[in-house]
Amino acid sequence: MAQRNIIPFGPQHPVLPEPIHLDLVTEDETVVEAIPSIGFVHRGLEKLVEKKDYQEFVYVAERICGICSFMHGMTYCQAVEEIMGLDVPPRALYLRTVWAELSRIHSHLMWLGLAADAFGFESLFMNCWRHREGVLDIIEATTGGRVIFGSCKIGGVRRDIDDGTMKGIVKKLETMASEIRRSTDVFLNDYSVQHRLKGVGVIDGEEAHRLGTVGPVLRASGIAMDARKIGYAAYRDLKFEPVIEKDGDCYSRCRVRVREVFQSIELIAQAAQKIPPGETEIRVTGAPEGEYFSRVEQPRGEVIYYVKADGTKNLKRFRVRTPTFANLPAMVKMLKGAGLADVPNIILTIDPCISCVER
Amino acid sequence: MFLRKSPWIIHYDATSCNGCDIEVVASLTPLYDLERFGIINMGNPKHADIFVVTGSVNPSSSAVVRNIYDQMPNPKVVVAVGICATSGGIFRECYNVLGGIDKVIPVDVYVPGCAARPESIIDGIVKALDILEQRSREFKKLRVESQRQEKKLRRYRLND
Repeated sequence: MAQRNIIPFGPQHPVLPEPIHLDLVTEDETVVEAIPSIGFVHRGLEKLVEKKDYQEFVYVAERICGICSFMHGMTYCQAVEEIMGLDVPPRALYLRTVWAELSRIHSHLMWLGLAADAFGFESLFMNCWRHREGVLDIIEATTGGRVIFGSCKIGGVRRDIDDGTMKGIVKKLETMASEIRRSTDVFLNDYSVQHRLKGVGVIDGEEAHRLGTVGPVLRASGIAMDARKIGYAAYRDLKFEPVIEKDGDCYSRCRVRVREVFQSIELIAQAAQKIPPGETEIRVTGAPEGEYFSRVEQPRGEVIYYVKADGTKNLKRFRVRTPTFANLPAMVKMLKGAGLADVPNIILTIDPCISCVER
Repeated sequence: MFLRKSPWIIHYDATSCNGCDIEVVASLTPLYDLERFGIINMGNPKHADIFVVTGSVNPSSSAVVRNIYDQMPNPKVVVAVGICATSGGIFRECYNVLGGIDKVIPVDVYVPGCAARPESIIDGIVKALDILEQRSREFKKLRVESQRQEKKLRRYRLND
């Protein structure tokens, strides 16, 4: 039997900009066990609800994670609106959908770049991030921020997108789609990429479901689970089918994300057609009382917010279950039996967001 | 002198929300292109000249920040990116946040913003280049001085 070694991975490591620590127990080149330890990004912001009032807390919720920041803000706003029984204007719901899909595109393009970096394809990494800047330009023009938008508020949205701009956005995304396709075709067709990703980190549908995975990781294993189908915001009026793949390896997870980029572009075009005129926000008075579970499909999967309020300005309890937290057990499972060289690829294909996990 | 031509940076996320991290990486990619200044993002602290930290510190990440700083060779410069790294920002009232990076290591350049924009990150790093150059000159002077002292001591010993 080969000798067992423990290789520490992280918290500072070149694969991911974020600190995650894994103890990889190896036998020769094979990982036998992976023991994750977390706590490097824990801030304890759930307890901050006691110090900030419920309207101020939207800003904190947006800063749980800087990549899907808009969706975090949106989930929080949905929960509070539901408790207070607010009727959010439909135009605001459509605008939220547009921004949420834009942030999905930018998140997936960012992930594609980082994945390319992880398997050592530097020029592809640079190309994906170049495409991403185009999406960030749209976001900056419509909200004022590049990564943290600050445009969602309880009772609606802060800014409006006029019809001319909306048409421009759809047109720009169309031209961008053909450019993006040139880069994503490399992911789908290139021999060396397939060599690194195919058959690596396989998890079948049953196992993935049992471990409670969400988002692209679950959909890549052939289970059509997409929280957008619940019909929050404007998704109930839009036509789309969850993207699924069968194989459950790194390559299919990559494929799911590539296809979702184009799906999001299509959803924005649909939303731009159907967006109704009218108000973008309503006045909010009083304080919430009650509790609610709010669910939203983020780029990484389904996020669950639990909000409990007792009729005062400060919330009683606030709890977040983020997608990466749900995907970590699957990651540990995938790492078992993998080669040491595949570890970065496997960690990256669950699209880990450590600041979400630890809050 | 030549450090200025191609300083290598190391980036660590202390307890950032990712907002500043992706902006740090964005400033290295084609649109902003920090690499035109010869700047490369390194994974190894022993190869790096500029330490870019994002986010405030908490008890477990402060040990890592300290460790990376100690492993970097002299001369070195620390750039704190984002308002969290400067003072704790929106999270400064959280129970697990100690405050800005300067609670753990000396900081030379503060880049404000939530999230800090790539333009201001580039500006901060270019400012750090001047400090790095000045520090490397001082470091060289110090080394020359210490060598001279050593020589002197050796001569004394020989005379004995």
